[in-house]
Amino acid sequence: MGVKKLMKQVFTKPKSLTDVPFTYCPGCHHGIIHRLVAEAMDDLNIAEDTIGIAPVGCAVFAYLFFECDMIVAAHGRAPAIATGIKRVKPDNIVFTYQGDGDLASIGTAEIVHAANRGEKITVIFVNNAIYGMTGGQMAPTTLEGQITQTSPYGRDSKTMGMPIRICELLSTLNSPAYIARVALTKPAYIVKAKKAIKKAFQYQLDGKGFALVEVLSTCPTSWGLSPKEANEWLNEKMIPYYPLGEFKNVEEVS
Amino acid sequence: MEERLLMKGNEAIGEAAIHAGCRYYFGYPITPQSELIAYMAKRLLKIKGATFIQAESEIAAINMVYGASAAGGRVMTSSSSPGISLKQEGISYLACAELPCVIVNIMRGGPGLGSIQPAQGDYFQATKGGGHGDYHLIVFAPSSVQELVDLTIRAFSLADKYRNPAMILGDGLLGQMMEPVQFKEFDEKNIPSKEDWALGSSHGRKPRRIVPFDLDPNELEKIVNKLGQKYQDMQKEVEYEVVNIDNPDIVIVAYGSIARIVKTTIQKAKQEGINIGLVRPITLYPFPYAAIEEVANKVDKFLVTEMSLGQMVEDVKLAVKGKSQVSFYGRTGGVVISPIEILQEVKKLLD
Amino acid sequence: MLDEIIIAGFGGQGILLMGRLIAHAGMLEGKHVAWMPSYGPEMRGGTANCTVIISSEEVASPVVPNPLSLIAMNLPSLDKFEPLVEKGGTIIVNQSLISRNIYRDDVEVVKVPANDIANELGNLRVANMVALGSYIAKSKSVKMQTVFEALEQTLGKGSEKIIELNKEALKRGEKIIIG
Repeated sequence: MGVKKLMKQVFTKPKSLTDVPFTYCPGCHHGIIHRLVAEAMDDLNIAEDTIGIAPVGCAVFAYLFFECDMIVAAHGRAPAIATGIKRVKPDNIVFTYQGDGDLASIGTAEIVHAANRGEKITVIFVNNAIYGMTGGQMAPTTLEGQITQTSPYGRDSKTMGMPIRICELLSTLNSPAYIARVALTKPAYIVKAKKAIKKAFQYQLDGKGFALVEVLSTCPTSWGLSPKEANEWLNEKMIPYYPLGEFKNVEEVS
Repeated sequence: MEERLLMKGNEAIGEAAIHAGCRYYFGYPITPQSELIAYMAKRLLKIKGATFIQAESEIAAINMVYGASAAGGRVMTSSSSPGISLKQEGISYLACAELPCVIVNIMRGGPGLGSIQPAQGDYFQATKGGGHGDYHLIVFAPSSVQELVDLTIRAFSLADKYRNPAMILGDGLLGQMMEPVQFKEFDEKNIPSKEDWALGSSHGRKPRRIVPFDLDPNELEKIVNKLGQKYQDMQKEVEYEVVNIDNPDIVIVAYGSIARIVKTTIQKAKQEGINIGLVRPITLYPFPYAAIEEVANKVDKFLVTEMSLGQMVEDVKLAVKGKSQVSFYGRTGGVVISPIEILQEVKKLLD
Repeated sequence: MLDEIIIAGFGGQGILLMGRLIAHAGMLEGKHVAWMPSYGPEMRGGTANCTVIISSEEVASPVVPNPLSLIAMNLPSLDKFEPLVEKGGTIIVNQSLISRNIYRDDVEVVKVPANDIANELGNLRVANMVALGSYIAKSKSVKMQTVFEALEQTLGKGSEKIIELNKEALKRGEKIIIG
């Protein structure tokens, strides 16, 4: 009784996360992103009505971490599966959680068309510029000159193309309601990221339409950097090429 | 008696699906099944709460089916051979996740882009798995427009019963032809509730997870063995038709539209004093091994006719267990076998 | 009874509808019927053909290599299908578009100036119904009255004028046979 009075609890695990320990590497941003998604679900009190879709990639285990109904997708197909679920259960909240290989490479058609149909789903897109789970191969978002297992001499834009900017690409479509890019390398960024993710769920609740938040993320293991160096690399290399901000917001457009 | 309607095969499948309570359809246009996707669009877009989506690809379509089924919807997709190949990854996931759905394949000539004329070259793909891993679909082979209706309705029911994808394996001939059909009364109350496993709101229960993988070999083996047991249980659903098998000179085994053509061969042969029997598998998985073996105990000559290089013939040989001689006659590329060709083949074998 | 008919002509001549009406009428009379179109690129403006089987017995093969009856609405169709007609069968020829004689001497031939009669009726598009009328009268595979009924059910309400015109064309075709 006395202890409770003296010790005010200032930090807890969100209710929308399970007790299963994360399987992610030290310094990886997936853990923070999971937490922000769960906090948004807590804030909006929607966990019991939410259905999440885990991708193929490091986040395949997301199905273990969220305290809501979950399904594991085939590689890249999460937006199509979300479409099927949302059409059968329009009153539920449906979100996909996808990496850059999943969403921007093998699943490009699915994300473009789900966005274009204006499916009322929320997409959390984690861009760490590399394939993490398979051990560090080139992603569609790998930066020019970046060394990976499959671009061992650096990504050559002449033969491998330039990194794809998904937010900009999808913003050319009419239908999406909300598209934003955020990062997590500074506390101020995290606060903004939290707001964007919450908005992406709120827009679905309000029936506004398709919402996507791209989160720039580190992969210290595959980048071969310490967590601290990885954050610096993200700030110095990724943010200049992938500018942060809202690319589409129906609230402000209309 | 219910009204008789003159319907095209492809449209009859669509109406049968809706009749059976299917309210979700995801597909992609391809000849010779395009009338089916068009029919679903025309009907479902007018039904409140129903969904029709022309997907961006066959791959997206089958994954929309995966999502809709996981959410408890009665769902269908349809395509023709090359499109069904594209769907195979998703079908394998559906089988592993034990999600019921109906997949229609109106077969055309293959391999590759092939032709758009009728063929039966997808037998192996349909009955032996098709995608990666250990699994089977429940496979029906209708041979009339009425059977397209009846077996589509049955496919939904068995898919739910076994929580497994079911396939209607037709061909361009059946899809395009018109015949009178009747729709028997269907009570939607007979659709089993999916509340005990489908995804949705988790108020008052633990969250559910539909997971078509396990990285622990021992755990994945348990999942696969459970599927294996299910395929054993399914064997009792076998269906077939036998014609004239009391004392025939030879027995033909054929399915789908070719079985119809064989029936004309039987009539023509009778006029020439030749007695032909027919075994027509109605389910291709499960396959009527026992029924064919029983016939093989009495008849020493079998002829298998297919619009392929010879696929079902392998199952017939397994069923016959060497007790009878099994010959094969097939045409490919979209060429439809004529009754006379089959009769000539029979005469050769009886000489 | 049994008739196995191939109907062939240009795309746009209403070939498939002719076949559907025979099948539909047969169904209304409680007979066993099957209708099978040719399909594919050829259905978009090229030649079109369909097969109809109408029988008192269950229809076995829906594919008919050698029809008992042929309705040839243009020359390429006659060239293609004339050799296939069963001995003793019937060929209905659209005389307006086919000037050549029939080579076969073991079949019955009915010449119908279908386009000319349709022109007289003021609408070239009912040439198909003229030829169909002749076929119905010749084969007696279904009653003309049932074809009218099938026509009404197929075209539906709001098409009364077109239905009347089609009926008129059917009757003109019938007249060629029964005089």
